[in-house]
Amino acid sequence: MCCTDAALAYVEAHAAWSEANTRPSLGRNYDAFVTRSHAGAARAEFAVEGVRCAACLSAIERGLAEVPGVALARLNLTERRLAVEWAPDAAADVEAIRLRLAALGYAAHPFDPRRPADAEAAESERLIRALAVAGFASMNVMLLAISVWAGSVSDMTPENRDLFHWIQALVALPAAAYAGRPFYEGALRGLRVGRITMDFPITLGVVLTLVMSVVETALGATHAYFDGAIMLLFFLLIGRVLEQAMRRRTRALAENLAALRCETAARIEADGSVRDVPLGEIAPGARVLVRPGERVPMDGRIERGRSEIDASLVTGETVPVAVGEGARVPAGALNGDGALVVAVTAAAGASFLDEVEALMRRALEARSRIMVLSDRATRLYVPLVHAAAALTGAGWLLAGAGPHAALLAAVAVLVVTCPCALGLAIPAVQVVAAGALFRDGVLLNDGSALERLGRIDTVVFDKTGTLTLPEPVLVATAGDDATLGRAARLALSSRHPMAAALARAADGAEPYPGAQEAAGLGVRAVVDGVELRLGSPAFCSAEAQAAAALAAAPEASVICFRAGAGEPVAYPVAQALRPDAVEVVAALRAQGRRVAVLSGDRASAVAAVAARLGVAEWEAGLSPQDKIARIEALGRAGRRVLMVGDGLNDAPALAAAHASLSPVTAAHVSQAAADALFLGRGLAPVLAVLAVGARARRLMMENLWLAGAYNLVAVPLAAAGLLTPLIAALAMSGSSVVVTLNALRARGRPRPAPSLPSGESGPAPAIPAVLVP
Amino acid sequence: MAVLLLVIPIALGLGGLGLCAFLWALRSGQYDDIEGAEMRARSDD
Repeated sequence: MCCTDAALAYVEAHAAWSEANTRPSLGRNYDAFVTRSHAGAARAEFAVEGVRCAACLSAIERGLAEVPGVALARLNLTERRLAVEWAPDAAADVEAIRLRLAALGYAAHPFDPRRPADAEAAESERLIRALAVAGFASMNVMLLAISVWAGSVSDMTPENRDLFHWIQALVALPAAAYAGRPFYEGALRGLRVGRITMDFPITLGVVLTLVMSVVETALGATHAYFDGAIMLLFFLLIGRVLEQAMRRRTRALAENLAALRCETAARIEADGSVRDVPLGEIAPGARVLVRPGERVPMDGRIERGRSEIDASLVTGETVPVAVGEGARVPAGALNGDGALVVAVTAAAGASFLDEVEALMRRALEARSRIMVLSDRATRLYVPLVHAAAALTGAGWLLAGAGPHAALLAAVAVLVVTCPCALGLAIPAVQVVAAGALFRDGVLLNDGSALERLGRIDTVVFDKTGTLTLPEPVLVATAGDDATLGRAARLALSSRHPMAAALARAADGAEPYPGAQEAAGLGVRAVVDGVELRLGSPAFCSAEAQAAAALAAAPEASVICFRAGAGEPVAYPVAQALRPDAVEVVAALRAQGRRVAVLSGDRASAVAAVAARLGVAEWEAGLSPQDKIARIEALGRAGRRVLMVGDGLNDAPALAAAHASLSPVTAAHVSQAAADALFLGRGLAPVLAVLAVGARARRLMMENLWLAGAYNLVAVPLAAAGLLTPLIAALAMSGSSVVVTLNALRARGRPRPAPSLPSGESGPAPAIPAVLVP
Repeated sequence: MAVLLLVIPIALGLGGLGLCAFLWALRSGQYDDIEGAEMRARSDD
């Protein structure tokens, strides 16, 4: 058993020095990511990173066509996804595709085929079909309606007018029944839970207009309003489709990010082979292999191997911890340079993650009770409009008009106030503002977050991974440049995160041939008869230098280098501040906002960061419960808090805050809790989000006032019985166009593209960098 | 005015044809990748 157990052999090879196998490798098995069609052809979908142009499109599709067995490769540039189909008799070699893409310069990872079906895509197709039907019907009905309007001032006979009205009914009634379904269903859903949403007055308006028009047509009246009802649906559906497209694009990119972060686990099967499977397939008791540099997929206990783990994404604590057999490791911790076999222990309801999720759910429920602007507008609007309609009917009756005329005037008021402009007022701004944020490298999770982001007066930052970059960097050099060059070149052979910081100084040099890595110690190579060592102070006999370096930079960790018997050198490595953190915090304070830092890390590290940023208000060593308590206390004191955080321990605080923001490198639970995600190395998106949020909120209020002003003009006209179909059509479309044009101002001035983490620039939209650790 | 009985169905029929063509295009996935279609049209081959 032992000799065929590939996973154990891999772990052993990592734990021991071995001339023959210094960099053990293990093939990956991706069968769980391949689906088979009924004809037997295999198919897999990939998230692809780094695609920006037509050249990429043809390079990828042509490059993959050369891979043996591939029948079809098609890249979707909008969603940055690649679908590959193999010939029916060919084996589905996912690894070959990944290697080919890597050779072409793109990172890719397969999707879990059993991920929940894309409900957003189905919904957006339904809305587009409804929009197409409404568009067709409104054009044809308008054609007939204009004939009637023209005919009523010339010589159209009443018979022909009635015929034209009946044909309009024939087109408009089925079209409205089909195209209006999203609104009717929304209104019904709202009523069932005892809430009146914006869908309710829309439904009421459309149905009343149609019923009144049919009755009037049957009575042979001069006016019918079929065109108004169907045009209203057309305009409102445009708003819905745009909103849905925005939500879908954000979701597709978020899903790609999740896939690219390799949220999979290498499960060790009963026969000792290793299979890469989606996280959902891992049950407690399963054994998983964690390779060097990977994240621990699930809470568990180490069964074999030793390494150092970095739990900064989980707890905010930045110092790596040495772990060995029997130690517990939390999900999300980054593995150092050893390979581990982990027995998964996280049963539902027991792990740290579940505790965090329970806190988060409670906080999110509290947030969902905050009333959004559109709800408040509906609350105000519906009773006012219905009262106006009732008053109109009563007024006409008192003035001595017949019940038919009074009813007609009352219905006309309801028709003309049907909230076309009001229905577009807020979604149109959300769509335009989300597009502007997307350009600045911010993905908005929730459109209603904009109005909350517009009224922030306090900004609370997490430290690790939020104020600082998620990966450590060299904070100071030591020794001479030649030594640094050699140390950096040696660091290329290590997968330890601290060595990676040093390796960035290597400037494209090749790794030393024959370099060997040992878990928990470091890496060594023999060059020109001199042994070079890089690793822990003990490994390089550099305790004195390490102590000196730590005294100079207390928040850092050290990695040491020694050439032969020469003087050892200690390099301090720490998580550096994001490049623009100081400026962003200063700008926030200049805008009169209160800034605070809440961290789970140790006090000395937090104090150093807070001092550099000039933030007096900071706390360290906080648990998730502490963080949520601080945020809630601020909320009770009347502050509207923006929480910016990335760790698992920040997730409840993100959910509890008035609004929240996460970097894309955040733990996926935090990403789900945040209102928006930002890309890139800088913190500038925080300022962009607050600016766009404030502008969006102002425009929403303006739009609501515009819609109100429209009603102030239209209602008296309708109440006076002066509303002809022509005036109704002009008023409705006019107010919708005004509101939409005003919403376009949420775009703001175009800004230069945000700097991308990989150093690329250009006109391409912000595209997530490689997030694979 | 009997010509109306001929012309109006023809107009509605043509409009309906356009609608059906759009729904067919939507169903066959031609709107799934708007950006990609733009790039494909511009590439040389």
